[in-house]
Amino acid sequence: MTQIKKAEKITLDHGSGGLASQNLISDLFLKYLDNPLLHDLEDCAILPAQKQKSRLAMSTDSYVVDPIIFPGGNIGELAVNGTINDLAMRGAVPLGLSLGLIIEEGFELAKLEIIIASIADCCTKAGVDIITGDTKVVPRGKADKLFINTTGIGRVDEHINISGKNARPGDAIILSGTLADHGITIMTNRAGLQVSGDLHSDTMALHHLVQALLAENSAAVHVLRDPTRGGLATTLCEIAQASGISINLSEPDIPVRPVVGAACELIGLDPLYLANEGKCILICDENAATDLLACMRSTEAGKQAACIGRVVDGPAGRVSLTTSIGGTRLIEPLSGEPLPRIC
Amino acid sequence: MKCAREFRDRAITDALLEELFMIVDRPLRIMEVCGTHTVSIFRHGLRSLVPKQLELISGPGCPVCVTPAGHVDAFVQAARKKDVLVATFGDLIRVPGSDGSLAEARSEGATVEVVYSPMDALTLARKYPDKIVFFPAVGFETTAPTIAATILEARRLGIENFCIFAGCKVMPPPLVALMSDPQLNVDGLLCPGHVSAIIGADAYRPLAEKYHLSCAVAGFEPADIAAGLVSLSRQVLEGRAKVENCYTRVVTAAGNSRARELMETVFVREDTLWRGLGLISGSGLGLRKEFEQFDAVNKLQLDLKPVPEPKGCKCGEILQGHLLPPDCPLYGRTCTPMQPIGPCMVSSEGTCAAYYRFSGHK
Repeated sequence: MTQIKKAEKITLDHGSGGLASQNLISDLFLKYLDNPLLHDLEDCAILPAQKQKSRLAMSTDSYVVDPIIFPGGNIGELAVNGTINDLAMRGAVPLGLSLGLIIEEGFELAKLEIIIASIADCCTKAGVDIITGDTKVVPRGKADKLFINTTGIGRVDEHINISGKNARPGDAIILSGTLADHGITIMTNRAGLQVSGDLHSDTMALHHLVQALLAENSAAVHVLRDPTRGGLATTLCEIAQASGISINLSEPDIPVRPVVGAACELIGLDPLYLANEGKCILICDENAATDLLACMRSTEAGKQAACIGRVVDGPAGRVSLTTSIGGTRLIEPLSGEPLPRIC
Repeated sequence: MKCAREFRDRAITDALLEELFMIVDRPLRIMEVCGTHTVSIFRHGLRSLVPKQLELISGPGCPVCVTPAGHVDAFVQAARKKDVLVATFGDLIRVPGSDGSLAEARSEGATVEVVYSPMDALTLARKYPDKIVFFPAVGFETTAPTIAATILEARRLGIENFCIFAGCKVMPPPLVALMSDPQLNVDGLLCPGHVSAIIGADAYRPLAEKYHLSCAVAGFEPADIAAGLVSLSRQVLEGRAKVENCYTRVVTAAGNSRARELMETVFVREDTLWRGLGLISGSGLGLRKEFEQFDAVNKLQLDLKPVPEPKGCKCGEILQGHLLPPDCPLYGRTCTPMQPIGPCMVSSEGTCAAYYRFSGHK
């Protein structure tokens, strides 16, 4: 195994399938990500058959975040945690992930190593392996530094029925932690804004939190969703539409870290619409809400969980907010990329 | 932000709102001039909390909304020129002119970057010496001083590949124009907080005196706005027409003279076109002759043509407080935040966008 030199760059040769590709795989990918399924470098990974009556879940997501390394994480961590979370939101236990890299020619190998190392770290923490992978290199300017696709498969037990269509009037709405940490970190970083205080991404895998909830009371868990792009507001509008119900939120109960709230004010963005990468919304039977909230708070990912609202009877898709001063207003889904205001 | 949180304290707003209910005993029409006020009023649900007899109407204080379509066309023309990099505030990206928006130009290959300060545009000019960096300068007295400072800095550094479209506007003249309209029935004016920090609360005194109009300068937190409404309602019902400053933690009577000096150094007052309001004398900020090297209209040879308003669009009447967004035949049908036709729908601080997002009128 050869050591990666600091100044070394990715070249088109690294994606050629020839010797340079093999070196990249053995010197970098296997160095960090080795496991029995990936080790043999076969064309696909073969997993053991699942126990009877359980079902398979599959999800894919591509990651193109800019900047690729940001306070609190990097594109690699997002790619692992994001796909694990998509599986977890249907109650699936992740079995393995694929890792597809599209790298721009000239990308620094040392940066790639940082990213692969943190992918490995996330996989270890999550107890999920990268079981198959692919690398392509495109000429300079044909991609922006590094794009990652991860696909995950998972196992869902037969009695689990979690879907965005399952919210019912009376259900409690619980958020697993503070809002908008990821979105505001990326926005301020991209803008080169210096904000005093600690802004960092919340990227985190949530499957352990979900498994704890399901062990506590799986029948009471109706909906799970991670409010990524579009934020809490857009995600709840989608659930309200899919389930044919209305939602009422209580603004004072929605946890937002003061530094995040202040940064949002500064650039004119609403935390309800900013992305989260380590939070989930739980909609559950109201009678189980206290226990599920306590269960969530007992997990690492859910320490700051809070009950933020209720599902109510009303027109499908209607989401309203009782504001901190007791007023009411409607919540609309995000209609485009959030734009900072002029003044 | 400890400060802001106190001004969102329910105990404080409750007390102010209670006072408002005690004062307001007949129908009152209050205009909030500034788009940031409009959004804050909706965002905190204030409309649902004030007395029914107190009608809040939105005024012309969203800089994107009052930018004529012909100006937007000039921005897009600039973007489509080879070697031009457009550095713009985010609000302007999706604003449609008669021939597309900056967002459309970007999708066709133009280089359009969002910046948070005009100084960032200057940084881009230094970073890309082979490009001409174009900054569409849109805004009121809040934005104009930093744009003036940027121009002075560009001159000091001898940066030649930087230019602006001088499209800034100043606040009191359109209010005078609005108040001279006999059709407009407004009892009081909630004056903008940020603009007033520059021009000073005294800037509204001629307006209050000439039109016997009650004015209150207010900040943007719910308690600030509620205090402004209490001041206005009390003035109107007591027959007083003064300028009361309810935002003393930011606004003084005289304003910020240093910021105004910067503006005066770089810009000269000129007549300019306001979308929906027409030509208003002395309401625009053009570049002084000694700074004409930074004028994009000359440098990029932009063609400024008058453009008729989109058919059926009522943004003009809405900006003048004659109509509410749901009165417009396009609102919520062909004109939505996804596919905006009029400017009041595209800017996040536009009245139509605020109605659409927060009020349930579809």
